[in-house]
Amino acid sequence: MRPFKYTRAADTGTAMLAVSSNKDAKYIAGGTNLLDLMKEGVENPTELVDISRLNLSQIRTTATGLSLGALATNSDTANHPLVRRDYPLLTQAILAGASAQIRNMATNGGNLMQQTRCAYFYDIAMPCNKREMGSGCGALEGFNRNHAILGWNSNCVDVHPSDMCVALVALDATVYVQDSGGKARSIPFVDLYQPSADMSMSDTSLKHGELITSIELPKNSFASNSYYLKVRDRASYAFALVSVGAALELSGGKIKHVRVGMGGVAPKPWRAMEAEKMLIGKAPTEENFKAAADAEMKAAKPLKHNTFKIELSKRAMILALKRATGKA
Amino acid sequence: MAFEENDLVTDAEQRMTADEEALLDELGIYGDSRRKFLGQLGGAGLGALVLNIVAEQKALAFNDSGSAYATPAIENSVTVTFNVNGVKKSLDLDSRMTLLDALRERLGLTGSKKGCDHGQCGACTVIVEGRRVLGCLTLTAQCDGRSVTTIEGLATGDQLHPIQTAFIKHDAFQCGFCTPGQICSAVALMQEAKNGDASYVTPSVRQKTGAMQLSDEEIRERMSGNLCRCGAYPNIVAAIREIHTGKATDPMAAATMEVHDATV
Repeated sequence: MRPFKYTRAADTGTAMLAVSSNKDAKYIAGGTNLLDLMKEGVENPTELVDISRLNLSQIRTTATGLSLGALATNSDTANHPLVRRDYPLLTQAILAGASAQIRNMATNGGNLMQQTRCAYFYDIAMPCNKREMGSGCGALEGFNRNHAILGWNSNCVDVHPSDMCVALVALDATVYVQDSGGKARSIPFVDLYQPSADMSMSDTSLKHGELITSIELPKNSFASNSYYLKVRDRASYAFALVSVGAALELSGGKIKHVRVGMGGVAPKPWRAMEAEKMLIGKAPTEENFKAAADAEMKAAKPLKHNTFKIELSKRAMILALKRATGKA
Repeated sequence: MAFEENDLVTDAEQRMTADEEALLDELGIYGDSRRKFLGQLGGAGLGALVLNIVAEQKALAFNDSGSAYATPAIENSVTVTFNVNGVKKSLDLDSRMTLLDALRERLGLTGSKKGCDHGQCGACTVIVEGRRVLGCLTLTAQCDGRSVTTIEGLATGDQLHPIQTAFIKHDAFQCGFCTPGQICSAVALMQEAKNGDASYVTPSVRQKTGAMQLSDEEIRERMSGNLCRCGAYPNIVAAIREIHTGKATDPMAAATMEVHDATV
């Protein structure tokens, strides 16, 4: 790990000023991903600004929904009574990720900012356009069993690693950020992951120095019909091969509203819009679930080693929808 | 040959100051050895070497410890005052030092183990402010003012923590390397169950109840952040189950295995 200056910020203004004024500075909260990347030499900040004690950890109801503080831990968020009652999909998704120890450390903002676990990104001896644009993508023609089948291009075929973000993209979350000038803005979750043209280590549309302050979940009626299904190589404590977050609102035997998010299939938390379109107004039957899964996977383009993910995604989506509707 | 090796040695030796002579003497390089040594180095190499030796000597003198292994000046030094197993500790350390390294290398608490050092094995699990965390992915600097409990802090005098006793009774380890992390993790798990915290295998997360009675499946899921390469898992589950339920069980009873969801 390269040497760095450590400071603990007294307030958000100081923190944002410190990071904004040094292009090689980074925020640290839980540190579960950043420190790992620093040990590997993938991240080499010259300064870490510790934001973990800033007052951004409240979870509270707002006029339009529920606000999750950026610095609330994943554990506290998953087990908050209001999250469990009104957004069980989020609780399940968070609890499907990492381990109890890591969830106790990791924060909500940090979860959004975590990097891909692509082995070619992690190994600095390998080419990786995300680390160094123009060096190539090691995974494109390499060992790409865990990589993307949707939304990739030849620059990068990684998958976003988060479970929590699959629930957030399904639940139409909004991300609130601030910059050092005091300017606040909100980003629809579905637009958060917009890599810049040169990629440059960033998966998100956040500018250097901007700080996530909270994530808001709008009110919905999905609580009684939602399910997060995660399929992985071992029973627990592994990243997803494929995951599906399904949330439905049923009315008169028909699907009134539906949200489907997917993990392990694309460079960003994937919103399965094609599947959703197929399901609206239909009866919640296995046949309709299958048609929706087929529709979503039409655009899938497998790499050499991950063709299995297409069929796995379909089956996972059907099962998640069945479980969300109490049919399995 | 254009010049003899001895010519070079002589040139180099002639450029040496009395201090440099003394340093080479301290290194135990005399007579023929000195000639060979200097011959291999060449003039510029000698200058650089001697300068390095001088700098090193000065650094050691600055630390004033008289030991060749004196700690060099700490880069990006951070002062951390925290409570470790009930004792207040204050350390000046490099900002890079993880909690695991501080515990092991600075405080001599070597119970917490460095397995992978990347947050994948759980061998470094310790309890900070009542919660289990990974020492290898925690900066010590972030623990300032915090309270840390390690495996060394669980017993009360000679009285082992109940989880420790149960691990021994149920033979919940073979090599023992992962055990401190397993035990710290299990101790925190007890509290999480009392709080009614859900896990990924909790059937209905919407109903938040009081204290939970954990099934073996729940225990396994909640302990999945602690790997055991010896495969002592059935016995680890048995030890935790005994303390969690308060019902003593026979360690010789066959461990039950459950088949995981294979529907997909």
